[in-house]
Amino acid sequence: MEERIVVETKGLSIGYVLKGGKQKVVHDCLDLQLFAGEVTCLLGLNGAGKSTLLRTLCGFQPPLGGAIRLMGQPLTSYSQSKFSLTVGVVLTEKTNAGGITVYELVSLGRHPYTGFFGQLKKQDREIIEQSLEAVGIAHKASNYVSELSDGERQKVMIAKTLAQQCPIILLDEPTAFLDVTSRIETMALLHRLSVEQQKAILLSTHDLDLAIQMADRLWLQEKGKAMGCGTPEDLIMSGAFESFFGKEGIVFDAKTGKLNIEMDSSPIGVEGDADTAYWVGNALVRNGYHPSQVKEGQWNICCEGAQKLIVTLPDGTVKMCKTVEDLMKILKAC
Amino acid sequence: MNRQPLVIYLFLLILLSGLFVGGLIYGAVSIPLDSVVNILLGDETERPAWINIVWQSRFPQAVTALLAGSSLAISGLLLQTLFRNPLAGPSILGISDGANLGVAAIMLYFGGSLGLLADFPVSGYLAIIFAAFGGAVAILSLIIYFSAKVRNNVMLLIIGIMIGYVASSLISVLNYYASSDKVHAFVMWGLGNFSGVSLEQLPYLMGFSIVGLLLSLLLIKPLNALLLGEMYASNLGVKIKRIRMLILFCAGLLTATTTAFCGPISFIGLAVPQMARLLLGSSNHKMLVPVTLLMGACVALLCNLLMVIPGTNNLLPLNAVTPILGAPVIIYVIVNRKNIQYFD
Repeated sequence: MEERIVVETKGLSIGYVLKGGKQKVVHDCLDLQLFAGEVTCLLGLNGAGKSTLLRTLCGFQPPLGGAIRLMGQPLTSYSQSKFSLTVGVVLTEKTNAGGITVYELVSLGRHPYTGFFGQLKKQDREIIEQSLEAVGIAHKASNYVSELSDGERQKVMIAKTLAQQCPIILLDEPTAFLDVTSRIETMALLHRLSVEQQKAILLSTHDLDLAIQMADRLWLQEKGKAMGCGTPEDLIMSGAFESFFGKEGIVFDAKTGKLNIEMDSSPIGVEGDADTAYWVGNALVRNGYHPSQVKEGQWNICCEGAQKLIVTLPDGTVKMCKTVEDLMKILKAC
Repeated sequence: MNRQPLVIYLFLLILLSGLFVGGLIYGAVSIPLDSVVNILLGDETERPAWINIVWQSRFPQAVTALLAGSSLAISGLLLQTLFRNPLAGPSILGISDGANLGVAAIMLYFGGSLGLLADFPVSGYLAIIFAAFGGAVAILSLIIYFSAKVRNNVMLLIIGIMIGYVASSLISVLNYYASSDKVHAFVMWGLGNFSGVSLEQLPYLMGFSIVGLLLSLLLIKPLNALLLGEMYASNLGVKIKRIRMLILFCAGLLTATTTAFCGPISFIGLAVPQMARLLLGSSNHKMLVPVTLLMGACVALLCNLLMVIPGTNNLLPLNAVTPILGAPVIIYVIVNRKNIQYFD
């Protein structure tokens, strides 16, 4: 299937107009493309301008320069009502919707379609029900919004954008404040919707692991740099991650896709059962060691199984231990 | 689950009719029930004084209470939704004080010797309405200005209270330089009263109130979208600036009209929307606006009845009665806010 660009920016400059007409540019020369049927994650440290970019794309603040095209047409040609049929948003703004039901909240997504008094027609009701089904919250349709967990609330807000029937969905940190299961659920839901309903989904997040795991495409934003765009894998292998997140004392480990604390300790060889070796490595990194290939003349750990760790000291002495806890005791003792 | 709205409408309509008729039957002067019924049925053989009392005093008073209660309650609801704070209200945000100041300027500064509103010629009470409206809108504009600067709603309420104090201090300056009869008239007006509107003045009150109440019914759809906040609402196609102005205009008109005719009435605007939400179990404005409207009328009519001290010819001031009904509701709501959905 041909890739369909739904949002495109050319030389976009974002930021604020200060008092006296001066412009404070947060980021400029942005050439971005958002594709239908894909989840794109916007990653960047605090202050990189993620929110400014999202707000600009959401139409809440005007761009300082350059062009944004939605569905092939310039943003400036969109009226507010046409825009509301094109871009649906999920924000971090606090809502006061605790006193209405899930169904009523999702029905607000039909707002751009309904008449003066917001009366729902049969077709509207069908779309609301489909939206509730699509995010898997239909069983709570008649519950108060205040009775929902944070994860369920995000689902409801996503259902609202589905009811809005927009080809583009923009989400500002939808996984913040969620517990770990809800984060994965939310990301998986967004990914499924992007494929099933051919939505173009852009979300900002601080969840590096999840973004690498679930996003079709990443935008890496940093002040004063061109946006790093591409699939997570390409960005990792090209070393783009390293340059975006590598701060002093923090290194990006291209093997695991994780940010680690930098250290210059000598390497410790780890081999054996993959699961055990992985977790032994995890403990080593936390304690300031550097897991690596097994080599003569250094500490080596052979993992025979979860309960059987064989430690070989540089001088050839062999020690056995059962738990990672014991292993760390041996390491620290030397 | 939402309670059955139809049952609630029916209940409130019956209650409203009961309280309205009660207001015609029961008052400081005791008139036998059958005489009241006869008078209401157009029997002109009853005592002329009684006919006068029922038609010239009790009837306009009940209609005034009905409209004033609805107006204040709707005004409170609009402000609560707009400022996204269930504890906002015309008196808390200083809007009543603004209307008060406008009225004070007319009554104390320009006004001749006057008793209550009843003595004003038509141009006089129109002037009072416009002055009240001007004062209310002035304070509202200030609040809007600060609402853009102060995002925190509790802080905004405190600013409202402060602005109210400033308006009150201006009123005391006006009081200080006014003659004692004017001051007395103003103080009496300030105690709140549904009986100050004569049958001839009633159409003016009705006109302004009904325009405001109808306007509020037209705002139901954007009010619901505003439950999600202004950014979400804007994304749903709500023209925020225009709607904000309309809501404030509507709230200002309703508060100003009521204040001009009945004095500054406390607590109805703050407490009735809470009672309506609790009764309805929903903050969906499609039901909430009509229920608040009916409930406001009921509460005001009830206050109107409670003003009569049983067995005497004396009346309590209105503002002595409304807090007794309103304050416990607010305290209940605050104490139980963790279990009340619409606070979330």
